[in-house]
Amino acid sequence: MRPEMTAIAPGTLPKASPRGSAARARMLRGLLPALSLALVLIAIAWLNPRAISYFGFNLMLNLAIPIALATIAQMFVIAGNELDLSIGTFVGFVGCVTATWLRDAPLIGILVLIGSIGVYALLGALIHLRNLPSIVVTLGMSFVWQGLAILILPKPGGKAPDWLLSIMSFKPPYVPFPILAALLIAAVVHFGLMRTSYGVILRGSGGNAAALRRAGWSLLKTKIVLFALTGLFGVLSGMALIGITTSADANIGNGYTLLSIAGVILGGGEFVGGRVSPIGAVIGALTLALAASPLLTFMHIPPDWQVAANGAILIIVLAARVLISRRER
Amino acid sequence: MLQAIADIVRLNGAEKHFGAVRALNGVDFHVGAGECVGLVGHNGAGKSTLMHMVAGTLRPDGGQIAVRGNQEASYSVARALELGIRCVFQELSLCPNLNVAENTRINHPSLTGFGWRRRAADLIRAKLDEIFPGHGISADDIAGDLSIGRRQMVEVARAFTLTREPLHLVILDEPTSSLDAHTAGQLLSFVRRFVAAGGSCILISHVLGEVLQNADRIVVMRDGKVVAADAASAFDRDRLVAAMGGAEGHQKAAAEARKAEGGALRVRARPVRQQDDKELVARAGEIIGLAGLAGHGQTDLLLAIFSAASRARTGIEVAAPVALVAGDRQSDGIFSQWSIAQNIGIRSLTRLRNGLLISPQREAELAEFWKKKIGIRTPDMNNNIYSLSGGNQQKALFARALGSDAEIVLMDDPMRGVDIGTKLEVYDLVREEAAKGRTFLWYTTETEELDNCDHVYVFKNGRIVADLGRDELTEEKIIQSSFGDAA
Repeated sequence: MRPEMTAIAPGTLPKASPRGSAARARMLRGLLPALSLALVLIAIAWLNPRAISYFGFNLMLNLAIPIALATIAQMFVIAGNELDLSIGTFVGFVGCVTATWLRDAPLIGILVLIGSIGVYALLGALIHLRNLPSIVVTLGMSFVWQGLAILILPKPGGKAPDWLLSIMSFKPPYVPFPILAALLIAAVVHFGLMRTSYGVILRGSGGNAAALRRAGWSLLKTKIVLFALTGLFGVLSGMALIGITTSADANIGNGYTLLSIAGVILGGGEFVGGRVSPIGAVIGALTLALAASPLLTFMHIPPDWQVAANGAILIIVLAARVLISRRER
Repeated sequence: MLQAIADIVRLNGAEKHFGAVRALNGVDFHVGAGECVGLVGHNGAGKSTLMHMVAGTLRPDGGQIAVRGNQEASYSVARALELGIRCVFQELSLCPNLNVAENTRINHPSLTGFGWRRRAADLIRAKLDEIFPGHGISADDIAGDLSIGRRQMVEVARAFTLTREPLHLVILDEPTSSLDAHTAGQLLSFVRRFVAAGGSCILISHVLGEVLQNADRIVVMRDGKVVAADAASAFDRDRLVAAMGGAEGHQKAAAEARKAEGGALRVRARPVRQQDDKELVARAGEIIGLAGLAGHGQTDLLLAIFSAASRARTGIEVAAPVALVAGDRQSDGIFSQWSIAQNIGIRSLTRLRNGLLISPQREAELAEFWKKKIGIRTPDMNNNIYSLSGGNQQKALFARALGSDAEIVLMDDPMRGVDIGTKLEVYDLVREEAAKGRTFLWYTTETEELDNCDHVYVFKNGRIVADLGRDELTEEKIIQSSFGDAA
């Protein structure tokens, strides 16, 4: 008889089923983002206890909100087995629009931003219909966004709209605003993607597209929705960034492309298979934001070496994940 | 009397071509209400293509499809679901990243709004309990974590869940292939109950006993045509096998009996999943056939032997250099940017070298030799490989293997989609090379090709199940072993 088939005969199943251990390994992996965040926080607390305060968090996590939003944006395309290499320059483009038109001519500004989300939706349709590699298309688009940003704002400047400035400088009691915002983003996206019935379809399109097609769902629509959501969160990220920095620069978001990809992966997502986690992605973004400069500054690592040290942290966390995934098998 | 039953679905003259291959060649097929139709046939007989058509995932190139007596002009998956026709496909179609309840939701557009999660979970749990009592699957289990058998159980149960759409016909394509005898029995008895209650079912299975016992009517397909269709009671195992395999006994290739006995041992290999002590043995000068249904471990064993030639592996001994002729030449065989000569020479680079560099002259000599020997039809061997027809491309791949120093040639069903003329030329060449002492391991899905072999091993589920000498080799015997019931 076939051994692996007899193994599933009900009743003959030993209690320590492979399913149990797979679930355990998955839980461990789900905890890994939180664990790495805790580790970074402990390190910061140890190096500089005063940083763990209302004021300290406000300062350290200042840039975490736009990074978290960009990471969520990236997560949507990754959920559909695609990759967006243009999110960084797109955030920069949105920043330039926010600091100029959105302040001076709000109607045009709003139309441009909505239009840019529409462009993202069209990209999704193009990638699906022509079966193009998203990496190539979005790499091309990254130069388009960059060029547009430079056209709008040839040299650094502009100013964020006042309402945006006041939102981003909101100081709630007890809990620092960036933490509150992170919780809100994670909760909203988790509900939308992980709990709603259409969220299941969106994730399923990354897990087994053929199965979805056979069940009668439109893959064109899922791809368009995923890309439009990426555009939407890219817009939110760019606006949040300008709300913090108050003025814009065409190159302001360039680092976000790789940061957002790293955030998704750090948060337990995978490049293919529709396995993503919004909560993990936000935690991943926070970890990156903290590890990016506060931690390294406290460690007295000179700025010249910070980027390399950042990469080293990424490699360590991802290596830990690989080890856990291997146990899963 | 069968005509008296109202049709659920009827296809007339259905045709489907994939390139030059005719997958379906004018098939008439129908399923009545309250009927379980068994569909059997060898790999590539066209069963799955036909079922994809019924399910709406493939569009016929010719012929009509009618559901409940109405012609369907633009038939699609969505239309099929609307009409209550569903399919459990052979390839598992669950989303591995979603849990069981979420996977159920995918098939039911109406599972939405507040509380959909609980309703989906209840739905699938109830159906699993009904079909597979004691299944041990939770609605929260992630599909990817489940064993393949449990995944198949979920998929089958999901096909029978009922929300807004009606349910008249369920196509079960190899539903028991990953189930053990106990759960397979549960499923089949459920199918009987479903049919007794007025539902219809198409049962595709390679386990002939299953079909004989559970189907009301059996349809046999071969080479894209229906070759027999009758009430199940009119068939027995032998008649089914005969219908599937082609009863007209064909001529065995008149190969002279070679004295292969005394040759030196070249390959000794045991499949990883082999449990008894059967093993594959190949000697110098022998042509060894690997038979059985497609994807039952033949290619895996060939690849294992190939890698064992360069790096020691347990259970496999290889005593001479090895070359592989790939079956999927587009993806595994051809360097698409290279010329014909370069494609032939790649396996023999050490011999073509002049100092550190490849000598173009020697490469051209090798290519020219094989062009004449094997008859590659091209004006210039420096043309791109894609300037050749499919059969000639395959010849170039044979030239690559035979032109090398390899004493063992592994062939992974290399004759797929090759015209008969080329085939015959290659058969002659293989026999000629074997007579010179080369060893061939030949996996083929075409039973006639096995007539060129001295010895045939039949594979099933990754194991060798039969070991047939030249004189005991018949098509019936091969089919019998590869369809042997599991229990």
